[in-house]
Amino acid sequence: MLEALMKIFGKSEKSSKEIARDRLKVVLIHDRANISPEVMEHLRDDIIKVISNYMEINQHDMEISLANDDDSVALVANIPVQKMKHSGKK
Amino acid sequence: MSEVIVITSGKGGVGKTTTTANLGVGLAMRGKKVVLVDTDTGLRNLDLLLGLENRIMYDLIDVTEGRVPYRKALVRHKKYESLFLLPTSQVKDKMAVNPQQLIDLCNEMRKEYDYILIDCPAGIEQGFKTAIAGADCAIVVTMPEISAVRDADKIIGELGRAEKSNIKLIVNRIRPQMVRKGEMLDMDDINDILSIECIGQVPDDEMVVTSTNRGEPVVSSDSSQAGQAYRNVVGRICGEDIPFMDFPEEGFFTRLKRVFSH
Repeated sequence: MLEALMKIFGKSEKSSKEIARDRLKVVLIHDRANISPEVMEHLRDDIIKVISNYMEINQHDMEISLANDDDSVALVANIPVQKMKHSGKK
Repeated sequence: MSEVIVITSGKGGVGKTTTTANLGVGLAMRGKKVVLVDTDTGLRNLDLLLGLENRIMYDLIDVTEGRVPYRKALVRHKKYESLFLLPTSQVKDKMAVNPQQLIDLCNEMRKEYDYILIDCPAGIEQGFKTAIAGADCAIVVTMPEISAVRDADKIIGELGRAEKSNIKLIVNRIRPQMVRKGEMLDMDDINDILSIECIGQVPDDEMVVTSTNRGEPVVSSDSSQAGQAYRNVVGRICGEDIPFMDFPEEGFFTRLKRVFSH
């Protein structure tokens, strides 16, 4: 009913190419986020290096992953902190 | 200076082989010395598109396995004397050639030819990896359709991982009427999504089918829009700055002609 009304008043739905473009953009975010375990390992090492300048962390219990949501991808890290360093960067 | 160019797409059926045949003939029409290498072992078709299917004596596998020198396996085109085809085997599979063999072969052919175009098989498996191994530059062929664009994106990623940084795009089978109505992805959408340099926009053209039937690539036809688009791509490969063509709106008479021709 609402759809029919919108059609009458010229507020038509998205064109099929707009739907295609939007679907593609979302699916490519997911496709491109599928990074290899090696790259993930490098990323993990780099993160440890940076964070260790400021605090002592428990490297064994830390978790890093990419979380896929409906229309976005987030880098989620859970890094247990053991001790803060006093002076920040050494 | 010779150039080895691989024509690839990920998805099948978007026009890799048609593009290879047309670019080969187009470059030969400009007097360049060209070899087309079919690497779609087991599913060869480049010979058919060029009208050379009855002249094949030896194939790529005979060359890589050392049975004949590559010159003996090359098939010269009937009309364009500087164009050669290195066909592949129709009975072996894609494991019959390895990347190093193709790299060596390309390096040997560089001494004699201006352009070596490699027709890549569909997919991202070993056949693809072998086909791209010896290439300086890759042309990714896609269509304005979501699955083809997605696969093109995947292939661009794979090429990047293989440290191929010179990647160009050809968008094939554009239907201008549908684009105008907002029913087909347009060039802005595709450029925005894939963000690599586009060197070709080829309209969907019935003459591609009729010329394929005859084994004469459409690039040599003056009256075909797709042929003009392919000639423009050839010019861009040769370093010319050619603007993209407009596709004229179908006029009353064209529509009338279409009604009567059916």
